[in-house]
Amino acid sequence: MKDTDIKRLLYTNLLCIFSIFLSIFIPPFFLDNFSVLETHLIWLCTCSTFVTAVNLLLYLVVKPNVSSKRSSLSHKVTRVLKCWIYFLMSCFFLHVIFVLYGAPLIELVLETFLFAVILSTFTTVPCLCLLGPNLKAWLRVFSRNGVTSIWENSLQITTISSFVGAWLGAFPIPLDWERPWQVWPISCTLGATFGYVAGLVISPLWIYWNRKQLTYKTN
Amino acid sequence: MRLRSGAFAASCVAVEVIGVAIFLRGFFPTPVRSSARPEHRAETPAPEPVAGSSSNWTKLPPPLFSKVVIVLIDALRDDFVFGSKGVKYMPYTTYLIEKGASHSFVAEAKPPTVTMPRIKALMTGSLPGFVDLIRNLNSPALLEDNVIGQAKAAGKRMIFYGDETWVKLFPKHFVEYDGTTSFFVSDYIEAQADLCEFKASHYLGLDHIGHISGPSSPLIGHKLNEMDSILMKIHTSLLSKERETLSPSLLVLCSDHGMSETGSHGASSTEEVSTPLILISSAFERRPGDIRHPKHVQQTDLAATLAIGLGLPIPKDNVGSLLFPVIEGKSMREQLRFLHLNTLQLSKLLQENIPSYEKDPGFEQFKMAERLHGNWVKLHLEENHSDILLGLGTKVLRQYLGALKTLSLSLSTQVAQYDIYSMVIGTVVVLEVLTLLLISIPHVLCRKAELDIALLSPVFSLLFYLIFLVLTAIHVVVCTSSESSCYFCSFPWLAAGGVMVLVSALLCAILSALARMVIDGTLLRKNAAHPNLEWSEVELLLLLGTVGHVLSLGASSFVEEEHQTWYFLVNTLCLALSQETCRSYFLRDDYGPQHHFHVEQGFEGIFACTLQDSTGYSVPKPDRAGKGIPLAEAQGGYKWWAVLASPWLVLVCCRLLRSLNQTGVQGAHRPDLSHWLTSSDHKVQLSGLAALSLLVIFMLIQRGCSPMSKVALALGLLGVFCYRAAIGNVLFPWQPDNKGISKGIIEARFVYVFILGILFMGTKDLLKSQIISADFKIKTVGFWEIYSGLVLLAALLLRPHNLPVLAFSLLIQTIMTKFIWKPLKHDAAEITVMHYWFGQAFFYFQGNSNNIATIDISAGFVGLDTYMEVPATFLTVFGTYVGPVLWASHLVHFLSSEANSGSALSRACFCYALICSVPVATYIILVTSLRYHLFIWSVFSPKLLYEGMHLLITAALCVVFTATDQTSYTRA
Ligand SMILES: [Zn+2]
Ligand SMILES: [Zn+2]
Repeated sequence: MKDTDIKRLLYTNLLCIFSIFLSIFIPPFFLDNFSVLETHLIWLCTCSTFVTAVNLLLYLVVKPNVSSKRSSLSHKVTRVLKCWIYFLMSCFFLHVIFVLYGAPLIELVLETFLFAVILSTFTTVPCLCLLGPNLKAWLRVFSRNGVTSIWENSLQITTISSFVGAWLGAFPIPLDWERPWQVWPISCTLGATFGYVAGLVISPLWIYWNRKQLTYKTN
Repeated sequence: MRLRSGAFAASCVAVEVIGVAIFLRGFFPTPVRSSARPEHRAETPAPEPVAGSSSNWTKLPPPLFSKVVIVLIDALRDDFVFGSKGVKYMPYTTYLIEKGASHSFVAEAKPPTVTMPRIKALMTGSLPGFVDLIRNLNSPALLEDNVIGQAKAAGKRMIFYGDETWVKLFPKHFVEYDGTTSFFVSDYIEAQADLCEFKASHYLGLDHIGHISGPSSPLIGHKLNEMDSILMKIHTSLLSKERETLSPSLLVLCSDHGMSETGSHGASSTEEVSTPLILISSAFERRPGDIRHPKHVQQTDLAATLAIGLGLPIPKDNVGSLLFPVIEGKSMREQLRFLHLNTLQLSKLLQENIPSYEKDPGFEQFKMAERLHGNWVKLHLEENHSDILLGLGTKVLRQYLGALKTLSLSLSTQVAQYDIYSMVIGTVVVLEVLTLLLISIPHVLCRKAELDIALLSPVFSLLFYLIFLVLTAIHVVVCTSSESSCYFCSFPWLAAGGVMVLVSALLCAILSALARMVIDGTLLRKNAAHPNLEWSEVELLLLLGTVGHVLSLGASSFVEEEHQTWYFLVNTLCLALSQETCRSYFLRDDYGPQHHFHVEQGFEGIFACTLQDSTGYSVPKPDRAGKGIPLAEAQGGYKWWAVLASPWLVLVCCRLLRSLNQTGVQGAHRPDLSHWLTSSDHKVQLSGLAALSLLVIFMLIQRGCSPMSKVALALGLLGVFCYRAAIGNVLFPWQPDNKGISKGIIEARFVYVFILGILFMGTKDLLKSQIISADFKIKTVGFWEIYSGLVLLAALLLRPHNLPVLAFSLLIQTIMTKFIWKPLKHDAAEITVMHYWFGQAFFYFQGNSNNIATIDISAGFVGLDTYMEVPATFLTVFGTYVGPVLWASHLVHFLSSEANSGSALSRACFCYALICSVPVATYIILVTSLRYHLFIWSVFSPKLLYEGMHLLITAALCVVFTATDQTSYTRA
């Protein structure tokens, strides 16, 4: 592991953060009355799109994981399809978890689902980009000490911080401050976003800090 | 002194209960009360004071008004009448206030600004203390002396229309009433009004609008307009009657409480406590240009005014002073007589409630005024009206008014004062217990579950005597110096001394434990401490969740919505458990032979990590890794998929239960399943569900019972259904048209017999296991039978729509036992905390909240002919705390069923005591620091009572289970 690697990680992460800022500042040029709180659903869609796009771009350009040896067209197509299915499944899975946590079952379905989409964007999409649709690899990364590169380490940190952010985001809902952002699921989506951004910022720093102690197996 | 940790914890909680009780007594001072209970016999009124001789005026003065009509508009705020809204929407009322024969006031309502206590305040003139709310939970009828009771005793005819609360408070007082909530027409009143002398109507509409859409909604204007026209109708009809009878009548427009900016009420904001009070009568003649601004008075002042106005004795507990403008038009002698009556009543109340009443400035003023009054009457009887007499009379009058004001003030502040000294004593005891528990954590959890408390060593006995002396000295100083009466000082000396002994003993125990810890600590460091200090996710969650919950109690919204906290925590716990099961399962995979590559990798990883375990990076914990193995071994016993699926199943159960009862403040009005089930259209569904739940309960419970108790259980559950059918909650399938509803006494008692039978069998088994050689199977069965007896009692007490809660509780317990706790081998502490969490969640699943109103009192009447205090209280408490109690008893059974339990039960008892006392102790401190918070009465105080009750139950559970454990220990 060299410092250049950490630098590259930092730049890619900054790009991801930048994409979130773009999703806040670009839509007002095209849409009237756009604001994160009031037209929250639109923001969720744009944010999800931007983050996905940046992740894909990074995947195509930087390719941190040079593993695709065979690359026949059909293989690629099935891989893309599989990624799609995984993404959708993770959205539905998260949706179910939200409902189990007490989200209304019938009302606000779209809101809940979009929350699931944005949380999957922060967690599943980077996983898909980095690890591909390979459950074994996912389990390895998310089990203890299964990380093999700084990229995976960063992935682990951002994913966990996104989940924790979404979890913490539910706290203000019962408070009686009657702020617009306390409405379901706004505080949770904002929490997830902050968690994601925090993860992106923290992971290079943390890796840099602990670079002496960290050794990854290179396979 | 050596103690097992269970016994130690039980005694700690018992002491803590004493501390909490002292604290509560200081926090909720009892309201000022006249000790003379209202026995409605004609009491001779106090005669007019005369210097030298006795007065010829000993009877009560005649009524000022022939008829009193009260129009109470719920949640009418003062600015709705006196402000711009009043001008706009209530033209007639505004006219009356500005130009008519009326007196208007702004009456201040004391919190809690809730309808029932406010009506009590209006009619008794007393300030219902918080304790009243609880004491009157079972019998809503107003027991205190009040205007309506007096009027009834005096043979007045009374009519009431409107909100049902009045009918509940004053049963059988009204010759005619219509306790409907929707009522507009005033024609109704006029038809009946001729004969009666007292008429009250309570209009709820405004309050409803306020709750739905707030005070600035346009609907408010419409409602005010409607109210104005009703008032106009009533007033004109009164005026026309007056012309016939030629005696004045009184029309009172008032309100029970205001409305906050969000449209609610209950707290003490200015909007909520300011209510208009307008007295309209032709007796209040007014010259043109006589501008009367609304004066600020107390809501309690109305009762005395009404009593005087109707010629009745003033209610004994009244703390208000009569509204002087009402009697202004009368002769001086009458005015002085009225004031004397009121002041005398207040001074009597003062004498009964304050030991040092003679020093009270109000009392001195009263004595002075009485003397002057006597002189005045003597002069008055001797010579007729002169200017000197008038001047002297005015002086007496002023003296009386001053005395009234001072007396009223000192009586009403008597209620509002916190008794800080008792609170401090209680807090000190509770905190000492908590510290003791916290200090002994490492001792109990890391080593053998035994503690020795060095109380008898000479150093500590010396220390103990010193502390005791100091405390006693402080006590004497505090109690002799402070002029205010304080509860703890009124303790008998022996009891107070006992508490002092307790405080100093606890302090010594803490100090000795600390000293021992320091010595142990140095020893431990020499022996090179165990590095195994890493926490698993579940442990971390359990710790953080508990801490987070305790901290959340500082915010009023989190107290109101505490159920959300518990649901959230339990859900997260399930997810964490699911993660643990997954890891456990896949770890098994890793060790499997077919994944050789992974194994190698895994071992390499472990090796690599142990090399650099100084990093924060995760080190696999040996015992955690070991947890994966039993799963693999037990592949035959526990299907792995069942283990993987069980947390999700529990999650689904919790979600279903959550939608059964909406509770809390924000969600309380939302539609939920229980409303749907209890509506009369869905009786069939409710019956089906109840029957199904009872069946599930039987299936889940019977497996651990002996055959005898199995039969008893089946019959008992059948009896439960019969009981519900008898009181008309559910339907029998073979009896579609139910024959008249009974109270179901026989059916309920039938079930009680079986409950007692099962409990008896369980106790017998336990005793047998103590006496006969170590047959630990019998002991397990005994615990299970006690547990099933409690379940049967719960099934009887819970309402039919809550039976699924019980069924799901048993289902979750079964799932967790079989597929989570046993295969994953959690330790006793973790299992205890999980039981506690689930117990709390079930407390709310059942529909409870931190509001006194959600307590289901009906449980206290099951199988009882009349209201009997002790059994009814026990049943109500059990019915309310079904969740925590059942989960705690399940914990005992579960831990005792583990063959190698050893000291697990004792340890669990310690954990349970600790985890219950942490929130109580923290909450006591929070409440003390928040005692001037806006929501102290509406939100924090009820929660304090709930916490106190919960602690009491915990103490009872700990004591009982330690007792069973202790005996088995001594035998072993
Ligand atoms: Zn009200
Ligand atoms: Zn209300």
